[in-house]
Amino acid sequence: MMLLFDIALVAGLLTLAVHVVREPDERSAIIAFLAFGLLLGLAWIRLAAPDVALTEIAIGGGGTGILLLRAEAAVRGRGKHEESVTRPGKLAIAVGCAAISAGLGLAVLSFASPAPTLAPAAAEGLSATGLGNPVTAVLLAYRALDTLLEKVVVLLALIGVWSLAPDAAWGGVPAVRSGEIPQPLAYLARILPPFGVVIGVYMFWVGADAPGGTFQAGTVLAAMWLLVMLAGLRSPPETAGLPLRLALAGGPILFLAIAFLGFAFADGFLAYPKALAKPLILAIEAALTLSVAAALAMLVAGPARRAPTR
Amino acid sequence: MTAALHATTPGGFLLVLAVILPVCAVLAILACGPRSAARIAMATLAAGLAVAVAITVELVWSGAALTYVVGAWRPPLGIALRADGLSGAMLVMTALVVVAVGLFARVQYGLREGGGSERERTTFWQMLLALWSALNIVFVGEDLFNLYVALELLTFAAVPLVCLDGRAETANAALRYLLFALIGSLLYLLGVGLIYGQYGTLDLLALARLSRPDPALSVALALMIVGLLAKAALFPLHLWLPPAHAGAPAQASAVLSALVIKAPIFLILRLVLDVAPGQVAFLAGQLLAVLGAASILFCSVMALRQARLKLMIAYSTVAQIGYLFIVFPLAAGGAGTSPWETIAWTGGALQLISHALAKSAMFLAAGIVIKVYGHDRIADLGGFGRALPISATAFGLAGLSLMGVPPSGGFVAKCLLLTAAVIEGYPWLAVTILLGGLLAGGYVFRIIDKALAVSASPLPSRAGVPRRLELTALALAIAAVLLGFVPLRPFGFLQIGRSGLAMAGL
Repeated sequence: MMLLFDIALVAGLLTLAVHVVREPDERSAIIAFLAFGLLLGLAWIRLAAPDVALTEIAIGGGGTGILLLRAEAAVRGRGKHEESVTRPGKLAIAVGCAAISAGLGLAVLSFASPAPTLAPAAAEGLSATGLGNPVTAVLLAYRALDTLLEKVVVLLALIGVWSLAPDAAWGGVPAVRSGEIPQPLAYLARILPPFGVVIGVYMFWVGADAPGGTFQAGTVLAAMWLLVMLAGLRSPPETAGLPLRLALAGGPILFLAIAFLGFAFADGFLAYPKALAKPLILAIEAALTLSVAAALAMLVAGPARRAPTR
Repeated sequence: MTAALHATTPGGFLLVLAVILPVCAVLAILACGPRSAARIAMATLAAGLAVAVAITVELVWSGAALTYVVGAWRPPLGIALRADGLSGAMLVMTALVVVAVGLFARVQYGLREGGGSERERTTFWQMLLALWSALNIVFVGEDLFNLYVALELLTFAAVPLVCLDGRAETANAALRYLLFALIGSLLYLLGVGLIYGQYGTLDLLALARLSRPDPALSVALALMIVGLLAKAALFPLHLWLPPAHAGAPAQASAVLSALVIKAPIFLILRLVLDVAPGQVAFLAGQLLAVLGAASILFCSVMALRQARLKLMIAYSTVAQIGYLFIVFPLAAGGAGTSPWETIAWTGGALQLISHALAKSAMFLAAGIVIKVYGHDRIADLGGFGRALPISATAFGLAGLSLMGVPPSGGFVAKCLLLTAAVIEGYPWLAVTILLGGLLAGGYVFRIIDKALAVSASPLPSRAGVPRRLELTALALAIAAVLLGFVPLRPFGFLQIGRSGLAMAGL
């Protein structure tokens, strides 16, 4: 029975992938891409990787989807000048992709068996962190440096997007709502956020012991905020505003502060004192969730379009 | 087994500071706002330079590599940072260029006219500092995924620098750069996944011990190296570089050309020399050398044909990094000699450092020329040497290094590489090095000729360009020349911390 489901899943993924590539109309290609992200999430669940599945659905499906749809809406009707890929160009891309796929297939089939894994080591270290979810332990203890730097990468992307604003508008308000707001959207924006916020907070809280965590929770919160802004219920904040800047920088700054305290009170940079490990990690996660939510929402909102008031 | 590989050494915390201080400054600027950006950046430049010097002193003093195990979680579960002699040299070179460019930008942004908008200034400082962190991680990182994060940090710091001026043309160049860089990142990440699947570790020292010729590792290395080549802009993947580096403001072009493209090259070096098993390393070395030679010849000719000064310098960058790739077969070593004991190893390292110094000097000098003339059409720059003698001197001195004329770091580097090519039996590489030098002479003298020419039209006024601005470019060019006084033999400092790896690898 499960085999049948898997075959259907793979067939669906392949069909959607081909459809995304071949579909000439951008909007339907993007919608097919969103469906592809959801199916891929299911595939990750079948591979027993629920954390990856959640991230794929939230970021790969949701986050990228809304970015693409907004980009398409912005370009549409502007008399697009298409950058035509020549036939040899398309052929080169196809050959390149085929070569990479063949190489991957060859490599995966030749893997050592049983595969070497760090999973037992990751589970063993859990007791020192007080956490129950080894994925969270990897992200916030064993490889906290990567997580810290990845959050800075997200902020850099945002600063980069902001830098695309015209000089006069820089630091001002981005334009999120576009033209007329459809009735269902306005309705959803009133009904959904209370539930979404609860779900987001739950995902953050449960992340310590079960699948979930800062990025997934941050994405849900960002989606709720975006919904409110898209429906025009609240206008986006000024990008130079102090509350926004503090929300953005707050997570990484708290992370860094605790990391440096490790020099004095634990085994060095990014080490936690054993007794306090779990509360410290939860505090970092809480601040990071807010930072991620603010950063993702503002990334979708885009560069400032209206000059700041000062 | 892995317990013995990494243990925190006394000066190890310095590595954490080198990696984290600039990032702290980026966050501080975000939190404190644009008004304090320049002050925070200046303080961080001073602190970062001090840390880089301290690391070098510690390396020389202890004669062994510095290591820091982050959070006391040992690899393979955790992440280690490690600096050997080569890393130390890279850290100091990066610090010198970043500080010089920072001082240049400080003067330039302080000018009453053409000081740039608040948007441009603040973004520049944040990106410059983020880029410094990213480079330092690349040079001291020991974990393949940690290095991936460093590459991402580098990409997202470098791309906004390209379109700082906000013109549609540079935004286009930035977008193209972003696409190349992201495809490179994806290929690299795929390779990292395959290596973890096969060996269960991402630690470079551990991999040096474990790696064996198997299909998974070969595919992984092929993917990673191709991805890194796209970021390094080696021929034929260089198409994004000239518009991006030529379109950016001078202070941004300087760091992009001098430093940013060196990071993927450094990683390719580590993958080929430390991870790839002998047979694979040999094959990869040959292929990279062919591409490097093609890069030198093709892009030198392209540089010769450019009508604009900055595009010429950008093409020269692609040509000059070609030299770094012909190091691979030359430094392969032989029976009883490890790569880092060869003269080609020292030559390659010198080429990397001297190019960084010379190229940043050239871009800064070109920026001053553009500021005074309002354009960079080479044909209309007649007599710029009399209007801007210091900048023209900086350009000429930097040119010596690119051509490989004594006394200059470039001369020592190319001389060592040429000798190695003859000794190791690669006559076609020797010919390429000589031809590349001739072509570089061609494109540098074209500019010098213009500088010394007598202009028909009156010289433009240099008002508004303080001498301090020109002196930073000159200082970098002089540093490139001073490198030429390094003795012509395998350089001991570059071997610190490498012998341990020899035992691990063989």
